[in-house]
Amino acid sequence: MKKYLKEYGFILVFIIFGLVSYFYNFTFGVKASKTFLNMFIEMISFIPIVFILVGLLDAWIPKKKFEKYMGPESGLKGTFLSVIFSMFQAGPLYGAFPIVYILYKKGASVKNIFIFLGCFSSLKIPMLTIETGYLGLEFTLARAAITIPLFIAIGYLMDYYLKDKDFKVTDPTEAQ
Amino acid sequence: MFPNILLLWIAGIAIVLLSHYFDKEKTKQGINKGFKIFKGLFSPFVNIMILASFILIIVPPEIIEQYLGGESGLFGITLSAIIGSITLIPAFIVYPIASELLERGASYMVIATFITTLLMVGVVTYPLESKYFGKKVALVRNALNFFAAIIIGLLIGVIM
Repeated sequence: MKKYLKEYGFILVFIIFGLVSYFYNFTFGVKASKTFLNMFIEMISFIPIVFILVGLLDAWIPKKKFEKYMGPESGLKGTFLSVIFSMFQAGPLYGAFPIVYILYKKGASVKNIFIFLGCFSSLKIPMLTIETGYLGLEFTLARAAITIPLFIAIGYLMDYYLKDKDFKVTDPTEAQ
Repeated sequence: MFPNILLLWIAGIAIVLLSHYFDKEKTKQGINKGFKIFKGLFSPFVNIMILASFILIIVPPEIIEQYLGGESGLFGITLSAIIGSITLIPAFIVYPIASELLERGASYMVIATFITTLLMVGVVTYPLESKYFGKKVALVRNALNFFAAIIIGLLIGVIM
């Protein structure tokens, strides 16, 4: 009971606030509720299918096979795989760092690590599907098309910048 | 809005059927997993939308248009890049807000910059990132991405 209250309490208070506003003609509350209702209907109309797809992606894609092909000699193929690999991930940017550490440990090149990181954060397929739902296919494709070459360029820049430096990815959980 | 949703459902159902044809067990597992993730995200998602609806009611559309609209130019882009860099909101939660802002007069240019910095530049996550890459490298990465986000915004502005 307490757990549910903690999770849904805020929503419950808002629903009560909305109803009270409605019955007492409190304009501010009615307006806010209407805005919320629009957003909610928009969300519930397509988010379930997105999460079904995310789940399917998780079930089908093997997560550990790519890193072999991301080393310093991997060339264009490695760059391509870094982009593809990153797109099949899920989670926020800070969730990418531990993955980057594993990639580094397994021998991925500096360039590919940063390409992976860039594409991880902004080209994940689950996210792109949500983006399509909210902002349209045209916007999503345009943003992806502009983003990929820029992030590949950042990969090359980081590689160039770190060429003569002793760059290491460290795992903070291991150091303690 | 509507054709996009229809497109997603048609593509989604086609993929589910295809997956079911090849492997029933995996499909079942996947769908269950998907619902589990959805259940976990439902209340944070809705909570943010409640907060956003209040903010959107308090801030008048004219202000949004003035600071985030097509006329706001480099100022609007820089402002959204800074806001995107210092906030830490999961991306999918920001899309409903982005779509509302667009309806209220914000430009695609500004929205693209905001989303990219939100995803790529993290002032809040910087200490964590430093632990993995070192302070200087993390700083350089964030700075490069900040400028990349502004370029992305400008190019989106040209295209759309």
